[in-house]
Amino acid sequence: MERTETELIAAVLKGDSASFEPLVQKYSPRVFATARRYARRESEVEDIAQEVWLKAFDKLKSFRGAAPFEHWLMRLTVRTCYDFLRGHQRNRELSFSDLSEPESDWLERFVSAPEAASENAAAAKMLVGRVLERLTPQARLVITLLEIEDRSVKEISKLTGWSVPLVKVRAFRARAEMRKIVSKMAKDKYL
Amino acid sequence: MNFAELQKKLIAAARANVPGDQVPYAFEKRVSALLASRVAPQNLDGWVRGLWRAAVSCVAVALLCGAWSLFMPATTSATDLSQDFENTLLASVDQGDQAP
Repeated sequence: MERTETELIAAVLKGDSASFEPLVQKYSPRVFATARRYARRESEVEDIAQEVWLKAFDKLKSFRGAAPFEHWLMRLTVRTCYDFLRGHQRNRELSFSDLSEPESDWLERFVSAPEAASENAAAAKMLVGRVLERLTPQARLVITLLEIEDRSVKEISKLTGWSVPLVKVRAFRARAEMRKIVSKMAKDKYL
Repeated sequence: MNFAELQKKLIAAARANVPGDQVPYAFEKRVSALLASRVAPQNLDGWVRGLWRAAVSCVAVALLCGAWSLFMPATTSATDLSQDFENTLLASVDQGDQAP
């Protein structure tokens, strides 16, 4: 008979670490999907996911069971991704002069006719990846959760541990930061 | 160029690019193996913590003794420890000299 999540967690807390494996198997797809939002290379994604599960094992005692395990795990995942971003702040000062041909083409298409530049194009996805990489970790986290994943301020507050007013302030700053980077990208290309 | 519009387009592009949720083969086994390898060192944690506490206590006692010896007022008795020690050591010789 398959054991419930609560039973598995109770068994892990009693010292049966093998009971942790079904939890890893069940929730790893969500952890990996979240980690892929913040890391490009697959090796980095795996490192984040591994870190999440090791932390989850160590902090399982703090899981009280009031909210679903998945919510608790996602909070841990988002915070681990944020730590990863803070530890890997790279390429932030690089210019946009090295845009690939498809990226340049997409930008030119946007300049000539904004509605003709499709957001589904691979070049647009590459461009937004470049822009996001240049954001500060805080800004990237807020933009990802608020604009890309379409989460509410309250949800972000729960996920990050920041207060609601702090999330609002950081969202305002993050949008401004992104606008600055986008304008820099356009200026590097056309000026 | 309309930067706000460009920003909107790029956000829309990021939204359209939903990351995959595939998990590498046997990932859960790897995590289990990692956890198992960590359990043994964790058993030593109690010892390490205890020894650290003992070390801190020893340092505290050493500092207290040092402070006590430095700041205690010096005794002004006529005979000091070295004199007492010498008298005790030579007591038998003195008694031998005084004997008839």
